[in-house]
Amino acid sequence: MALLDVEELKVEFPTRRGVLRAIDGVSFGIEPGEVLGVVGESGAGKSLTGAAIIGLLEPPGRIAGGRVLLDGKRIDNLPPARMREIRGRQIGAIFQDPLTTLDPVYPVGRQLTETMQTHLKLSDADARRRAVAWLERVGIPAGAQRVNAYPHEFSGGMRQRVVIALALCAEPRLVIADEPTTALDVSIQAQIIELLKSLTRDHGTSVMLVTHDMGVIAETADRVAVMYAGRIAEIGPVRAVVKQPAHPYTEGLMGSIPWIERKVERLRQIDGAMPRLNAIPPGCAFNPRCPHVFDRCRVERPDLLDAGATRAACWLHDA
Amino acid sequence: MAAFILSRILQAIPVLLVVGFIAFALFAFVGDPVVTMLGQDYTEAQRQALIHSLGLDQPFFVQYAHFMWAALHGDFGISYRLARPVAGLIAERLPATLELAFTASVLALLVGLPMGVYTGIYRNAASSRLFLVFSLIGVSLPTFLIGILLILVFSVMLHWLPSFGRGDVVHLGWWSTGFLTISGLKALVLPAITLGLFQMTLIMRLVRSEMLEVLRTDYIKFARARGLSDRAINFGHALRNTLVPVITIVGLQFGLVVAFSIVTETVFQWPGVGLLLIQSIAVADIPVMSAYLLLVAVVFVVINLVVDLLYYAVDPRLRIERRAAAGAR
Repeated sequence: MALLDVEELKVEFPTRRGVLRAIDGVSFGIEPGEVLGVVGESGAGKSLTGAAIIGLLEPPGRIAGGRVLLDGKRIDNLPPARMREIRGRQIGAIFQDPLTTLDPVYPVGRQLTETMQTHLKLSDADARRRAVAWLERVGIPAGAQRVNAYPHEFSGGMRQRVVIALALCAEPRLVIADEPTTALDVSIQAQIIELLKSLTRDHGTSVMLVTHDMGVIAETADRVAVMYAGRIAEIGPVRAVVKQPAHPYTEGLMGSIPWIERKVERLRQIDGAMPRLNAIPPGCAFNPRCPHVFDRCRVERPDLLDAGATRAACWLHDA
Repeated sequence: MAAFILSRILQAIPVLLVVGFIAFALFAFVGDPVVTMLGQDYTEAQRQALIHSLGLDQPFFVQYAHFMWAALHGDFGISYRLARPVAGLIAERLPATLELAFTASVLALLVGLPMGVYTGIYRNAASSRLFLVFSLIGVSLPTFLIGILLILVFSVMLHWLPSFGRGDVVHLGWWSTGFLTISGLKALVLPAITLGLFQMTLIMRLVRSEMLEVLRTDYIKFARARGLSDRAINFGHALRNTLVPVITIVGLQFGLVVAFSIVTETVFQWPGVGLLLIQSIAVADIPVMSAYLLLVAVVFVVINLVVDLLYYAVDPRLRIERRAAAGAR
């Protein structure tokens, strides 16, 4: 059984000019120990999906339909107190900008012990010992001294290490990492991804890795979901999606990545822009930009269809 | 830390010198003390003798230096009106003012802070809106009106609380306190509410807007994602991060409460330094006025120092900057 199941998730934002549907029927599962990459352009609904799963949508955003199941039990309709027990303990989260994610007025050790003691029965001394161990595990040398340091005494990369420790310290079974390297220097990005990968592998933690960096996905993920305009365009094993993309949008995304082994004059780009939420075209949302568009795409919206090794929401694969 | 305190004290010296200068200038420009002291019948020789004995024939700056030197030793001269040393007069009445200001500030903090947190967290609740309307009244009604209304309701109509004075006091050394007697405590209630109401509403509105600001930050969202309790998030993380501006305002307001409790003290005939000042101004009792001016300056300097030290306790980022700056020098 999958650890996490998202079924037909819909997220809406009521506005003065009508309801905007930011996520429109997204379904996927994450197996224990699996790393699911979620890619897509800004505004495709990647981060919102993550926020909806841990129940931290910013009002007035709300889940308007579908279900989220953890171990087969619904968690999208739990009362706040029960959901709080799941956040941190069952599902951890890593945010984008480590410079603003840590509370500036408390030492990092105190933030670690606070998180652990909220979820686990630990004495002060035990919690402290574990905090030091976590700092060292995420690659912060001299943890015993650094445990008393404040966030501003760490560099950006070091702070993201602390954030990772905070996300993992209550030993959740799933971590939602929302663009964990976007705000970091390129030289640090690989280290942070490597750290996240090794720690979650050691603990058998599943990861939902939200990013727009296909390189990171190709390196890290087992499976990948490509999102477009609030829906999943294609989902499948990472090799298949990268090597034989079945959806024209995925194909476009892959064409825009530079590869060392392939010699090309110019990188391809996808013409046009993702539609705004209030102007999603009928039929397939990608049809105005699609090179393979035909009549059916403009009237009928495709669901995920089997397309070789992956599943793609594209009429090209309608058998 | 010691170096920081020392530098702050050194910075305070020019401030006090300037305020002292103004206090001193009062003597030269407001009335003629010699004429006042001599009475109606005097000879020119008597006048010259008095001028000489008071040192008024010496150059201006020598007189200023004498004044500051004496003030430094707690000698502010003799009250024209009461013919007693000013220092003694003020020392006698200072406890009344400080106790009133302290009670008013504690009251303002104890009520204003939780109300600010509450209205910040439940910003759309009906009760929050009610608090906000109430706070507008507190901010906009003048102090004397509030005092008179309270007297009307609680003293004249209900007869619950006294309308003036300090009640019975207990003397602990030179300090007289109203905290230890029932009548002293009862007498404190109305003036403290009158004096503290404005601060209370100010603190509430400030805490509310700071809370709204902080609750939007990433680290609060991350705290929620870590599964912390609402209590830990709202008070441990959010409130703690609002404290720097709150401490600044509360500190400065305490200074203002001490310095300008004049209106409240007048309304309630509270025997503090504010009332003393009003009575002294009425008869141009310059020594009292100038001493009061200096006292207020000292109060503000001390409060600013305390506020600066509290920043250190509250915001660790300031500690590191200070350390780095000291290292760079």
